[in-house]
Amino acid sequence: MADKSIKITVENIFKIFGSNPDSVMDQVRAGASKSELLEKTGHVIGIRDVSLKIPAGETFVIMGLSGSGKSTLIRHFNRLIEPTAGKIIIDDVNVMNLGEAALREFRRNKISMVFQRFALLPHKTVLENVIYGLVIAGMKKAAAIVHGMEQIDLVGLNGFENHYPNQLSGGMQQRVGLARALATDAEILLMDEAFSALDPLIRNDMQDQLKELQARLHKTIVFITHDLDEALRIGDTIAILKDGELRQVGSGAEILLNPADDYVERFVRDVNRARIVTIGSIARPAAQLACSKVTAASCKKLLTTQEAIIVTEAGKPKNIISREFFARYGSAGLKSKKSETDDVACINQSATLEESFSMLANSDEMAVVIDEGSKPVGVITPKVVLKAMARC
Amino acid sequence: MAENFPQIFDTRSFRINIDEAFNWIVANYGEPLEILFLPVLKMLIVMEKFLQWLPWYVVLIALSGLTYLACRSWKATLGTAVMMFLIGVIGIWDPAMSTIALMLTSTLLAVLVGVPVGVIMSRSNTMQSITLPVLDIMQTMPIFVYLIPFVMLFGPGKIPALLATIVFAIPPVIRLTNLGIRQVDAEVIEGVTSFGATPRQRLMTAQIPLAMPTIMAGINQTTMMALSMVVIASMIGAGGLGYQVLQGIQRLEVSRGLLAGLGIVFLAIIFDRIAQAYGRRMQQHLHMGS
Ligand SMILES: Nc1ncnc2c1ncn2[C@@H]1O[C@H](COP(=O)(O)OP(=O)(O)OP(=O)(O)O)[C@@H](O)[C@H]1O
Ligand SMILES: [Mg+2]
Repeated sequence: MADKSIKITVENIFKIFGSNPDSVMDQVRAGASKSELLEKTGHVIGIRDVSLKIPAGETFVIMGLSGSGKSTLIRHFNRLIEPTAGKIIIDDVNVMNLGEAALREFRRNKISMVFQRFALLPHKTVLENVIYGLVIAGMKKAAAIVHGMEQIDLVGLNGFENHYPNQLSGGMQQRVGLARALATDAEILLMDEAFSALDPLIRNDMQDQLKELQARLHKTIVFITHDLDEALRIGDTIAILKDGELRQVGSGAEILLNPADDYVERFVRDVNRARIVTIGSIARPAAQLACSKVTAASCKKLLTTQEAIIVTEAGKPKNIISREFFARYGSAGLKSKKSETDDVACINQSATLEESFSMLANSDEMAVVIDEGSKPVGVITPKVVLKAMARC
Repeated sequence: MAENFPQIFDTRSFRINIDEAFNWIVANYGEPLEILFLPVLKMLIVMEKFLQWLPWYVVLIALSGLTYLACRSWKATLGTAVMMFLIGVIGIWDPAMSTIALMLTSTLLAVLVGVPVGVIMSRSNTMQSITLPVLDIMQTMPIFVYLIPFVMLFGPGKIPALLATIVFAIPPVIRLTNLGIRQVDAEVIEGVTSFGATPRQRLMTAQIPLAMPTIMAGINQTTMMALSMVVIASMIGAGGLGYQVLQGIQRLEVSRGLLAGLGIVFLAIIFDRIAQAYGRRMQQHLHMGS
């Protein structure tokens, strides 16, 4: 989106592993493939010519299969790995030009990281781990503890501050990792497969918690995952990486609906669409009919191609007349429809299919799709929902 | 008769050169070196005198207490007490105290030198590939070979005994410090680095603490090797239990050698137990679960 300011700019980053990366750069730029280069020179391409713009306050997901270079890429942002070529600009500062001391300051204040296997210090308590970044940056212990307790509170670990990491479950340990990263008040949060080591249930919890935290804190989050469902769930923008190359960048819907190439296509094939596709995108159009105007004649005219929604004088949906219903009961049925007082089932158009299941299960046959202002925009039936899911 | 190996160059003059060079060092630097190591000698003597001055039951209780703290087992504690008591009973208390003093002093110095060397070694692969063969040579070279240069430099006495013991006993602590630091989980190191730790902070807050069980294993081995050196060190004037063994050989008294040998075994068991239990205790905190 154009109105967001760009926080991180990645410009033409290359990373080659091996004894003399610079010597093979020409071949790489000329387009040598990964296996070709490995065979000929013994060098491995980690990242090839990646450029990205990451907006401030967004959750930016980088996705790819194992070995696609995700960890390598994310480690460039805080320079745990130095690129072979290219640069990274964060808030107008070229991170590649930072000297040793400036780099330390940058890591202490600006950017923090959560790791796949937590990377906690096993000989320190939860609290000591959480305030680690503050203490090494020279904050007074008392102040650091106050601040650390706030973070522990934030991730819901009260009462565990004096436990050691090995006394906690995986999910709890990762909460410690998250609290530690939040404690330095860094604007940028790097998360390298932060939830991959957790059970599915705990993982869902953590994803929810991250979304909730993000809604409050508005950090710029770079999140790595190999799980498309996770990417779609928490990412505002998703970048897909293969063999160190960027294949596609876009919102979840963009990637689902218009995969850039076969690789992305195969990636999204197995995705759980129920979580991504919104009700609005599959709703069927319907005519609107004010309550007082419901007559056999008007219905006959309207109900040739679509259903009709009876609305109150204020425009609120009140009931639905389907073509089938009208054909079966005629004008006698209309009367009962008009006098029914129960509210008709309504589903917000931005709800995902999955979120609509319970609503649809409880409604008789159809439900009204409404927009943010509670105005009806169409109708939906369980059949349509099932069809949308079956299409994949 | 088999054919003799042909003489390719004159080893005699080669050896003479080495010997002369070393003699020159002894002549010119012997005295400054001796002065340099005087504080170490003082430390050793003070420790020895202090241990011998302490009433026997104080030492016995102190060592038993240490055993209990490390092992948390009454059996082990009782064992220590009984063994220390037996050392007194068989009349080798004083030599045992000087042996403990020599062992503790040389272990302490070996650790003070060895841990930093191990840390440096862990920082660079070049450093490691240079140091490892040197350590191999140090460990396989017959112990007696060390005695010659040290005795020449300092004359027979406690300093050469101490130094030879340190040289002999230092390799494990260097090796295992290096190994321990290299084995620390790379992600944890990335973790502390990503929060802006300086190399020094990284060493003190992550690498050393996480390598501690391995370093402790090295210190344990160093202690045991120092103890095994006491007999040989006694030949150049270290005194202690080793000297009793040596006297046993000289006077052909089996009993003297046997009792002193028993004393060495007792000390070895006691210190091994303490060091090992301490290492395990540390390990528990570090590696359980996760
Ligand atoms: N230190 C290294 N030396 C040599 N090659 C490396 C090094 N680190 C990574 N690579 C190579 O770079 C490529 C990308 O590795 P990376 O760890 O970034 O993948 P990833 O996407 O994070 O995979 P995973 O999902 O398994 O974590 C791989 O082919 C890997 O072999
Ligand atoms: Mg990875």
